[in-house]
Amino acid sequence: MWYLCVFYHRLLDYRKPEFESLADLFGAFHEDPTTTSHTLEWKLPHHHHPDSPFHFVNLPNEDIARNIANRIFICLVVFTRRLSFYGNFFCIYAGILVKGLYEIWGEGSSYEELKEAINSYPDDRKLPYLTSDSTFRIIVDSFGKAISFKDQTARIQGMSYIPFKGRVELRNPEHKFWLIETDDYEANNGLPPVVDKTIFFGREVGAADRKLLPTYQLKSRTYLGPTAMDAEVAFLMANQAQAMPGKLVYDPFVGTGSILVAAAHFGAMTMGADIDIRVVRDGRGPDCNVWSNFKQYGLQMPVSLLRADNNLPPWRPGLKEVFDAIICDPPYGVRAGGRKSGGRKLLKGVVGPYIVPDDKRTGHIPSTAAYCLAECVHDLLDLAAKMLVMGGRLVYFYPVVRDSDSLDVDFPKHPCFKLVANCEQMLSYRYSRILLTMVKIAPYTDEIAEAARIQHLEFKENHVKWMEEGNLHAAVFSPDFPAIDDRDNKCSTKDPKKKYRGKYV
Amino acid sequence: MRLLTHNMLSSNIKGVINGFPLLIEAERVVEKQVDFNLDFLKNMFSKIDWKALADASKTMGYDELPDEVPDPSVLDSQEFLQKFHHALLELHLEEGALVYPETGRRFPVNKGIPNMFLHEDEV
Repeated sequence: MWYLCVFYHRLLDYRKPEFESLADLFGAFHEDPTTTSHTLEWKLPHHHHPDSPFHFVNLPNEDIARNIANRIFICLVVFTRRLSFYGNFFCIYAGILVKGLYEIWGEGSSYEELKEAINSYPDDRKLPYLTSDSTFRIIVDSFGKAISFKDQTARIQGMSYIPFKGRVELRNPEHKFWLIETDDYEANNGLPPVVDKTIFFGREVGAADRKLLPTYQLKSRTYLGPTAMDAEVAFLMANQAQAMPGKLVYDPFVGTGSILVAAAHFGAMTMGADIDIRVVRDGRGPDCNVWSNFKQYGLQMPVSLLRADNNLPPWRPGLKEVFDAIICDPPYGVRAGGRKSGGRKLLKGVVGPYIVPDDKRTGHIPSTAAYCLAECVHDLLDLAAKMLVMGGRLVYFYPVVRDSDSLDVDFPKHPCFKLVANCEQMLSYRYSRILLTMVKIAPYTDEIAEAARIQHLEFKENHVKWMEEGNLHAAVFSPDFPAIDDRDNKCSTKDPKKKYRGKYV
Repeated sequence: MRLLTHNMLSSNIKGVINGFPLLIEAERVVEKQVDFNLDFLKNMFSKIDWKALADASKTMGYDELPDEVPDPSVLDSQEFLQKFHHALLELHLEEGALVYPETGRRFPVNKGIPNMFLHEDEV
């Protein structure tokens, strides 16, 4: 059945993948096991631009629709912890970007058309929600313009041809009806060109709980690091990874634990590692560390935190298919450089191999070497291929340098994985990061292990060469000297990203 | 550091073929309450190396786990699940070390965090 999904007008690339990820989690695709492509059917309203917040989506039934959009959150997180034994029952996850999911009773480009459409909508879909023992309210909303309170009331009065028999209740009605209006726009006022003026009227099936964001925002978090993940994006990542109770989620670059906090909020058991022991073990004090972040929100503490190098991980041989999801933000080398074990000078060939004398061993702090992005991603994929369960998800950010117009990038590939989503988030004029979601579809074989081992040695032998190539830091921070004739070449053949797709959306 | 973690760690020093399991040198063991989650326990049961878990549990002072790998049907028994849950998630090594038996290499555990980082000559 078709529903209208209205998204918050932010992070445009992330909207549909998050929705589809949750749809998959709630069983929207289980009814037809022959479909290999796990994508939903989407439709745009008549003459609407793809970046518009209004999209029609086809979902099997209303329960799934409600689950995806809603959150049934029993009071505070504290309750969910005690009731987590009941698992799925009480935690229903919200698409954080879904403003609302509606069953549309009518749409039109004018109020007369809307009235006709609503009147011709089948009664058996309308009457159950108009009964005299129910409570309701009508909310007037608009995209891209403000409607004054007086006008809003007038529009609500204008809907009186619908036979509402119930009682109006503003605070907590059983049924919410939305009257949503949008005009046609030009591209240069900062909004997408929606193109046709449209008015929708529908019954709300579910809506996101954005109250999560003020609770979890980084502003009020106890322990922060320079690259702590923003709360909204962390929830998006956790939704992409389908975090839920009973699952084990791992972050090999945990830092201050901001991503694990989002996964733990959804009930997953979490585990993290970091190469910097000061971040993981000490924090900034006994009340200001990774554990206190979880305590601040009353979340289940991580199962374990350890200091380990993802380049030479400490997992026992034969350990595989343990994690349900791996969610992380690897160090790109721009604001936080990656490190790996092995003496820096050793790898560059400045000094010969040495042994730490026994008497100095206890207090010895081993030196670390620089870790280039290519090797970091290779190790991450290798770890994920081995340690994820079949169907498990790897969700991570990948940085790309932007060409002024297009994004023509080869994403990392691996025989065990299928890429299901890529969502761009522009960070600056010069570069952006892409959230990649990969699903494990094939088991980790000995051949793959052997190829990975050979590649690992190749990185080690050619350490200097790898560090010089693909230096993202230089690309991002180098001074900008555009050629003088560049301005004439602005009208390129490819369609440039619109202004509203700047840093804020 | 919980026993679930211990069950996954080994010494990956260059030249070592099988660095698992690591012996536990327990200086301070704490018991922390963790919410019981049936799905999680069932998932973990098949991935655990049972002998290592049972031995480690004894070192930490909890002797209730059976020594041989139990039959999967035991997952229906609430009593077993409680013991499994306790040993796997609620026993916490705050201070101590993980020792690789053959060479005696110690991986210290401080404030509950094991330091599995290798020295330059072990890479």
